[in-house]
Amino acid sequence: MFSDIVQHLVNGLVMGAVVALPALGLTLIFSVLGFINFSIAAQMTVGAYAGWLVNSQLHWPLVPVLAVAFAIAGGIGMLGDRLALVPMRRRVSAHTPLMVAIVSIALNLALENALRFGFGSDLNSFDLPIARDVQFAGIRVGPQQVHNLGIALAIAVLLAAFFTVTRVGKAMRAVADNPDLARLKGIDPARLSNLATFIGMGLAGIGGALLAIDTSVDPSTGSRLLLIIFSASVLGGLTSLSGAVLGALLIGVVSEMALLVISPVYQSATAFVAILLVLLVRPSGLFAGASGVRK
Amino acid sequence: MTSYLLFMATLAGIYALLSLGLVTIWGQGGMVNLGLVGFYAVGAYTSALLSAAGVPIGVSLACAALAAGAVGVVLSYLTRPLRGDYLAIVSLGFAEVIRLIATNEKWLTGGSDGLSGIRSPLKLELGAAHPWFYLLLVWAIVGLTAFGLTRLFRSPYGRALRAVRDDEQVAAVAGKPVLQLKLKTFFVGAALSGIAGGLYAHLTSYIAPDGFVPLLTIYIFLAATAGGYTRVVGAIAGSLAVVALLEGTRFAAAVVPGLSAVQVASLREFVIAVALIAIMQLKPEGLFRSVNQKASPDRRPSHGAHAAAPDPARGSANVLAEALANRT
Repeated sequence: MFSDIVQHLVNGLVMGAVVALPALGLTLIFSVLGFINFSIAAQMTVGAYAGWLVNSQLHWPLVPVLAVAFAIAGGIGMLGDRLALVPMRRRVSAHTPLMVAIVSIALNLALENALRFGFGSDLNSFDLPIARDVQFAGIRVGPQQVHNLGIALAIAVLLAAFFTVTRVGKAMRAVADNPDLARLKGIDPARLSNLATFIGMGLAGIGGALLAIDTSVDPSTGSRLLLIIFSASVLGGLTSLSGAVLGALLIGVVSEMALLVISPVYQSATAFVAILLVLLVRPSGLFAGASGVRK
Repeated sequence: MTSYLLFMATLAGIYALLSLGLVTIWGQGGMVNLGLVGFYAVGAYTSALLSAAGVPIGVSLACAALAAGAVGVVLSYLTRPLRGDYLAIVSLGFAEVIRLIATNEKWLTGGSDGLSGIRSPLKLELGAAHPWFYLLLVWAIVGLTAFGLTRLFRSPYGRALRAVRDDEQVAAVAGKPVLQLKLKTFFVGAALSGIAGGLYAHLTSYIAPDGFVPLLTIYIFLAATAGGYTRVVGAIAGSLAVVALLEGTRFAAAVVPGLSAVQVASLREFVIAVALIAIMQLKPEGLFRSVNQKASPDRRPSHGAHAAAPDPARGSANVLAEALANRT
């Protein structure tokens, strides 16, 4: 029983670490641009396919695969943003953020179906050496899962450094914190929005590739995780980057732990319940002090 | 062929009801309900299960509306202190959870096999004339709803609601019960989706989780935006257009050679998605623009001249004036 619990805890942390990347992307884009970009799910799948292509065709190893996933997902994310969302954002109206969110759902659908058109609905696996699961005191962990956990955490640390040390990173936080004040200080929001979209979507791409390496890739790889990504972000208050990581780890662990009492088919429902509970108890998010998006 | 056309015309009526629900919640209330298909499913299953238990179909449809509406009130109440984005996320999640429940609670919903043999009103008595009767029934409900909503939107309630949509704080300052207005509106919109679901269940006599995918929500958003998402007439015209587009692409895709079934399906969905993006960018006010329903002294709705859906040029001061003029 005890080892069962620890096993679920480990699984949850591994899953949470992978979810943390798209959740970070979603949170970053929301903080800087002020709207929810639902197409993040399709960008996960884009990253997964990009990684799968260079891995299965060119036999590239893990790290370059992830770099490709980042660049392609980021690039397509920026392109989609320019084509579909920027013209919407130019409109000045009280409802713009919601309108942009709706268009981003359509963008998500378009991307997902473009992938399905090109690659079909089949599952595709990566061509990476399969290693035996490591057993330790009755707990089984796949080496790939350990890798995923490590890579996700390393990227989170890199991001943290980017946002605390670099000038651009600080400017981005300034825009997220108070766009008007940031503009007064001479920060150009348009340039930063492009960068935020690129990084955010690129992170989603890495997350998608890591997920696909552990399982497989098909056109709905990202969409299946949409709810969990959102709950991670909402748990963290939607505007807090560290909150998104903690939220992802928490929702990963909670949804894995929940398997002890509920049937696996309802695993993604735990994400919905988590969102509702957070909204009831602490709408501004569990980990953020003054963050959260009140009216 | 006739029965196919009849079925499509009836389906267009059901889509029109869904679009009217969306126009109520989104166009007039300014709230984004991405879980449309969830309310639709709640209505379909409620009405199907109740009518199977021997409840008259009229009553089961009413229960479908109440059930969907009640869920809608709970969701919009939970997200009340937060920006509209949260309602969008929560309603999207709700629709997913409903589909999970419908797929997995076999004892209640029949699981992925679905429920079959759902009764339809007067089916035995009318025989071959039944599809005609059902078509008329659905469109009569659409007509009644459209009439009722038009009256509602013109009433002081409707004006107060639009004031809330355009600026909540100003409306609150003007003494409008913001939360109450929003909850009532969400109830009405969700209840309409519930009725649409019930009507769908009794139309096809078979429902399964596959019929309640998020894609349907996108169809309805396309219908509402194509027609003009603040207008009753827009919702109806848009639904007819969307059903025509969906069926048209079905035939068009059959003509293109060398495509697999998966490719045809994905191409259709791609077209729908791109159409929605294009309309939102190029013509967000849709076919029927929203008329600026100003409170003139003689309470005549003024037509023409002022337009554009949530008109950016119209400042808060104007909204305040409207809200103040309508204190009841």
